[in-house]
Amino acid sequence: MLKAVQGETMDRRDFIKVVSTAGSGFVLGFYIPYTNKLNGKTVAPIIFEPNAWIKVKSDNMVQIIVAKSEMGQGVLTSLPMIIAEEMDLDWSKIIVEKAPADQKKYGWQMTGGSNSVSGGYNKLRQAGATAREMFVMAAAQEWGILSSECKTHNGIVIHESTGRELSYGDLAKKASLQKVPKNPKLKAKQDFSIIGQNVKRTDTLPKVNGTAQFALDVQLDGMLYATVVHSPVFGGKLKSFNEASVNDISGVTNIFEIENGLAIVTQNTWAALKAKKQIEINWDEGEAAGLDSEKIRKDLLDASKEKGGVVRKEGNVKKALKLSENQIEAIYESPLQAHATMEPMNCTAYVQREKCQVWAGTQDPNGARKIASKITGLSKKQVEVNVTFLGGGFGRRAFNDFVKEAVEISNEMKKPVKLTWSREEDMQHDYYRPPSLHVMKGAFDQNNKLSVWKHRITAPSILFSQIVKMPFPFKEKVDIIAVEGAKHLPYKIPNIQVDYQMTKTLIPLGWWRSVYNSQNAFANECFMDELAEKVEKDPVQFRLELLPKSSRDTGVIKMVAEKSGWDQFKNGPNYQGISCHKSFGTWVAQVARVSVENKKVKVHEVFCAVDCGIVINPAIVKAQISSAIIYGLSATLKSKITIKNGRVAQYNFDDFEVIRMNEAPKIHIYLTESDAQPKGVGEPGLPPIAPAVVNAVYAATGNRIRELPIKLS
Amino acid sequence: MSEFSLIINGEQRTVNVDSDTPLLWVIRDTLGYTGTKFGCGRGLCGACTIHLDGEATRSCVTSIDMVEDNSEITTIEGLSEDNPHPIQQAWLEEDVPQCGYCQSGQIMTASALLKRNPNPDETDIDSAMKMNICRCGTYPQIKKAIFSAANNAQSSTGGDDG
Repeated sequence: MLKAVQGETMDRRDFIKVVSTAGSGFVLGFYIPYTNKLNGKTVAPIIFEPNAWIKVKSDNMVQIIVAKSEMGQGVLTSLPMIIAEEMDLDWSKIIVEKAPADQKKYGWQMTGGSNSVSGGYNKLRQAGATAREMFVMAAAQEWGILSSECKTHNGIVIHESTGRELSYGDLAKKASLQKVPKNPKLKAKQDFSIIGQNVKRTDTLPKVNGTAQFALDVQLDGMLYATVVHSPVFGGKLKSFNEASVNDISGVTNIFEIENGLAIVTQNTWAALKAKKQIEINWDEGEAAGLDSEKIRKDLLDASKEKGGVVRKEGNVKKALKLSENQIEAIYESPLQAHATMEPMNCTAYVQREKCQVWAGTQDPNGARKIASKITGLSKKQVEVNVTFLGGGFGRRAFNDFVKEAVEISNEMKKPVKLTWSREEDMQHDYYRPPSLHVMKGAFDQNNKLSVWKHRITAPSILFSQIVKMPFPFKEKVDIIAVEGAKHLPYKIPNIQVDYQMTKTLIPLGWWRSVYNSQNAFANECFMDELAEKVEKDPVQFRLELLPKSSRDTGVIKMVAEKSGWDQFKNGPNYQGISCHKSFGTWVAQVARVSVENKKVKVHEVFCAVDCGIVINPAIVKAQISSAIIYGLSATLKSKITIKNGRVAQYNFDDFEVIRMNEAPKIHIYLTESDAQPKGVGEPGLPPIAPAVVNAVYAATGNRIRELPIKLS
Repeated sequence: MSEFSLIINGEQRTVNVDSDTPLLWVIRDTLGYTGTKFGCGRGLCGACTIHLDGEATRSCVTSIDMVEDNSEITTIEGLSEDNPHPIQQAWLEEDVPQCGYCQSGQIMTASALLKRNPNPDETDIDSAMKMNICRCGTYPQIKKAIFSAANNAQSSTGGDDG
């Protein structure tokens, strides 16, 4: 991988300049001229490129490449921090660059599963340490001394006994000639000076001055605009359309069928959105036309009567149930959810004879490259996928349906085309969080100790219906993703059975922030509250008694109870509820404080303890957890997707309501000290919020809510 | 198609568009200021917020023929001339944005609020800002930044801390 590069013309699309802002240290700003012309600027030559992630320039600036998509979670800051730490860089001399799709060079580029930091940590530390060691070797050679006599600090190698210094820029050429060390020495945690700091985000400035480039902001010379109308009923096919019905709209240039529906190509976005509303289309609605939410619910309930694939079995549930005289059963239900990212789906594509360029806010750049290559017949090398900023992802942009459409349209037009979906198409053609139904059963022995836990999850499978498309009924009885957080119940109970009943669906399903953890935590932790009440125990105490004293679950529950003053809190006028859930390697416990007035729930405060292992950037971790709490609160209190006649019944933010500022609680987040490997933070804040709020609502009203979003009658 | 003249970010411009075209698309497609975002198309989410003669306005539901000739339009690009506007400065200090898509709209609504009411309390902030959705849920950070911008403005103009 070692190579010395002689110079570089600034023809890349990600030209980044460094901006210093008073009072807030150095902020790295992005300036990305999305034109199809070279801007002719040159930058200092790259002298030393020890691996795919690092480029050292002659002017001491170091470019750090980030091969994950920035959708708000802070990867453009946290991933460079890891490299800079091990490389001993001067943070103010870093340029962050977004990688284009290139699986060969960067490996797995899919952004999801809260794994950018956890999956990249060791690899990026290694990359930084390798480079650092090569600078040390170069300096030692220059001074004729041993490497062990050298120290590094802020991009400089120092020979302590003589006080001599050489900067990385000065050493770059010599460093590029060194042998790549196989096992560079990594820092001990106590020596970290960047990791663990509240380093400012590198992408804030362009996001506050309007220059941040989202896919929707791409502008190319001679560009056409387009929108797509999809069959309102899932799986429906286009029968016919009346082109004359949009004759009065100026700027409409072409209307044609594509695989996903009807493409309308225009000279500006407004003409496309107007024509989309007005055009007369006949659809062959297909088998989903009879589908509605009531039927979906009944199908889940029917399926839940039979045993599914068992994913966890301990002790003898049957026998223990027979012996118990104190048992309860409850059914929990969660609906379909839309992602509703702020930026509607969109993509710009330019298909030419020998190449295809794509600008997309995608979580899966290599998937986008593959699709574009398939549609155009061009090789993957001829397809360039530029990943812009993403106006929200939450799992939605892991699917490249909008990329496919843009490439198909540009392939037909042979011109650059910007495809923009209306909000209504975005709401009605999502890959939805699946609906689920959870049958819970718990029993106590004669000493009132919890002796049985049964959880049957009934839900369609994202994996087998969407990703690995298989004819139903699937041979696989178990989808390990669907049981995440249910199989891994942390409580020590002698008899446990968790099984999964997979159902069929015609609705497109996808990964929604924290995926099935959102539903399994709701069922688990609300049912725990019911069980605690059954034996008249405090919910915190009840949980702690079922957990090993030294476990990390215990750690976060104790922390949140202490910080929130759980024991001292007096119910009324506000009421409290607790929950705890581990997902994506991270433990999170939350206490919610709510009040209920006129059957309306107000969440006033949320206390939250987080154990995600080593914290790379505390400010970013807290921002992510807070974000997940508010995202989850929308699904707890307000939003759901319902189906009527095979169509989504919601269109926009008036019927798919989400939390707004006046409804956002005060959030207090506490991070544990830990030496464990860093784990996910983008999603784990979400699962505990619904049960914490629902349990608090019970404390306030005596109403057990078992269906989301909360509706008090 | 009809001709309209307007002043955008201090610059006099003439555009030739259909008279029902929302300002949003005139600003983005015709004039190339892409900092103003499309979110819902129905004035529900606030991503498209601009200032029309100083008032926070949803540009996605304001068609150009509703706008008087030579009205002054300010977008995020024209909010401040050289230095960041106090609101932008506060946003930088708090590191408010996550995905960032809604933030131009948030900043435009917040800056109009502070112009109207330099010392807003929490209720004032909630009632102005509830027009703007953020799916990343940056509301706590936004609120903090607005308070801090209001305080900074008060102290730099010599006003009391109230």
